[in-house]
Amino acid sequence: MTTWVVEAENLSKTFAWVPVLRDVSYRVAQGETIAIFGPNGAGKTTFLRLLATLLKPSSGTLQLFGHTPNDPAVRHKLGFLGHDSFLYPDLTPIENLTFYGKAYSLPDLSGRINSVLQLVGLQDWGNIQVRTFSRGMEQRVALARALLHAPELLLFDEPYSGLDAHGLATLQTALTQTKAQGKTVIFTTHDFALGLGLCDRALIFDRGWIVWQSDGSLPSVREFSELYRQKTQSSSLITQPSSLSPHHS
Amino acid sequence: MKRFAPFADNVLPWLTLTTMIAALAMVFLYVPNERVQGLVQRIFYFHLPSAWNTFLGFFIVAGAGASYLWQGNRFFDLLAQAAAEIGMVFCTIVLITGSIWARPIWGVWWTWDPRLTMVVVLWTIYAAYLLLRHLGGDTEQIARYAAVLGIIGVLDIPLLHIAVRLWRGIHPKVDKMAPEMLWTLLMCTVAFLCLFTWMLWLRLRSLSLREEITTLRRQAVATA
Amino acid sequence: MLALLWKDLLLEFRTKERLSSLFVLALLIVLVFVFALSPEQIQGPEVEAALLWVTLVFAGMLSLQRSFLLEQERGCFSGLLLSPIDPGTLFLAKMLGNVMFLLLVEVIVAPLSLTFFGVPFSGSLVMLPIVVLLGTVGFSALGTLFAAIAVRTRAREVLLPIMLLPLLVPLLIAAVKVTSAVLSGEEWNGMWFRVLLAFDIIFVVTGWLIFSQVVQE
Repeated sequence: MTTWVVEAENLSKTFAWVPVLRDVSYRVAQGETIAIFGPNGAGKTTFLRLLATLLKPSSGTLQLFGHTPNDPAVRHKLGFLGHDSFLYPDLTPIENLTFYGKAYSLPDLSGRINSVLQLVGLQDWGNIQVRTFSRGMEQRVALARALLHAPELLLFDEPYSGLDAHGLATLQTALTQTKAQGKTVIFTTHDFALGLGLCDRALIFDRGWIVWQSDGSLPSVREFSELYRQKTQSSSLITQPSSLSPHHS
Repeated sequence: MKRFAPFADNVLPWLTLTTMIAALAMVFLYVPNERVQGLVQRIFYFHLPSAWNTFLGFFIVAGAGASYLWQGNRFFDLLAQAAAEIGMVFCTIVLITGSIWARPIWGVWWTWDPRLTMVVVLWTIYAAYLLLRHLGGDTEQIARYAAVLGIIGVLDIPLLHIAVRLWRGIHPKVDKMAPEMLWTLLMCTVAFLCLFTWMLWLRLRSLSLREEITTLRRQAVATA
Repeated sequence: MLALLWKDLLLEFRTKERLSSLFVLALLIVLVFVFALSPEQIQGPEVEAALLWVTLVFAGMLSLQRSFLLEQERGCFSGLLLSPIDPGTLFLAKMLGNVMFLLLVEVIVAPLSLTFFGVPFSGSLVMLPIVVLLGTVGFSALGTLFAAIAVRTRAREVLLPIMLLPLLVPLLIAAVKVTSAVLSGEEWNGMWFRVLLAFDIIFVVTGWLIFSQVVQE
């Protein structure tokens, strides 16, 4: 009996009464790394934010670590990194991290802050206001923030975008480390090579549905490109019913 | 709502029409002239039920809003919206009829008596609610915010009432009323209640139809 | 919760933008009153009390908006929601922060306006701060709740006053009445005090309970 870290069943979300996510069901086990692909507006970010408990589903059920998303215990186990850094620009990284550390009631705060800043290579920049940082550096501090409380489930929304070369290297290290620690990672990306290289399983979202999910083995990057093009032809006049249903593999 | 529809569509308009006619008849033909105030006093029979309707509207807005927050059922949100609009109409009627009555009796169009003040503030709360919905757009978020506004509004009313009454007081108090007047008042209240319900129903139906059309349109676009 | 307060204070200390603009605005409003009313008209504690509260309300709304605007940048609000901090606590922390800022401003503006208007202060020195405190708490409770709503809506600058002011009427009436009585040293109706207290309690509790509905997406 595998313990499911994420159990989503018939999850839907509407914004302004327009469905953005329709009837999505998926399960993720402990220690898996999942890559989510799909065009913009397909619902990837919405799905991720739902898993991060930043959004409430319009219908359907979600269980995280066996609990409902409202359970405060779940928050300690979640780490999220999105397009916004969630950092206060007028404060320094250390101040930002101290604040979040206190919000998560973390012990040995200064020790943790140091180690996490070292991980992202910004230990010398701890006392400078985030406002002065470049985007790449800010994202690195954001990564530090996401990892500060050593979450069990990491949710990254297009983590590769906005990162400079140093940041990319840091992210790769961080992700491989996390995988090695047996933690669960779910991320969205547009980069086929990087995504497929890192994940155990992959999904493609399109227009609110899961239009493809991997079974057992992963395709090569070339196969995947072709597959992706096929599955997400939103301008196609000939719609294949199977490509719109959530149960296609 | 579907169950209510046949009654609402067929019976309600006629009910409203007959009660309104009866009410008008009673107000202008049946009830005798009031001793002190004369003809103008008849406005009271429209003024008071309108006031009841204003409050009714308010409570529906708050109640439906709370329901929506609790369950997320769009119907309650539409109900709250319709009730706010109709309630606002009656609130305006209260202010206007009150003013028309005030001029000959008190000699002024307006005065800062507690009840009037309260109705004005209620009017602004209604206006705030409608503006929030109008300016904010039609999203679940705004629906939730509007519900919060409605609930706080209702909680504010008793405080408003106490504060405003401590502040001043010359609104006429109605104590003894001749039986004819009581009957007329009763008739008018019933008539206005029917009117309120019917208007609410019409508005609610129009809102839900619009909702259906939009949904259908979106579905058509999505599957095209 | 302390962490939240500390964070807000630190932010303010860093930029000093909120306090300074609040203070200047409050002062300007007082000046506008001075020029709008000639000194003879500024008789008595009623006007002074009215002035005090009008200033507080308008400057206060600015302060409220700033407090949430800060969180909108870089999506920090989502960061707060992500954390184990519960929304009710978030509400209380924001509210207390607002109260503190407003009190700081009031502490300076009140005596200043008293001197500008030359109103003799014959009332109780203890009651005045208490009234101001109660009024500010009530204002902040409703204000924090609606500022959170307004900041996430399109017409945010205009929507906050539209939503907040009608609901504040009981508070304003009560606060002005008690303040003017306190300033003139007169007896005042105990009921007003109870209204203020009731207002505060009802809306602090309601805000605390309902805030989770406001922040949810």
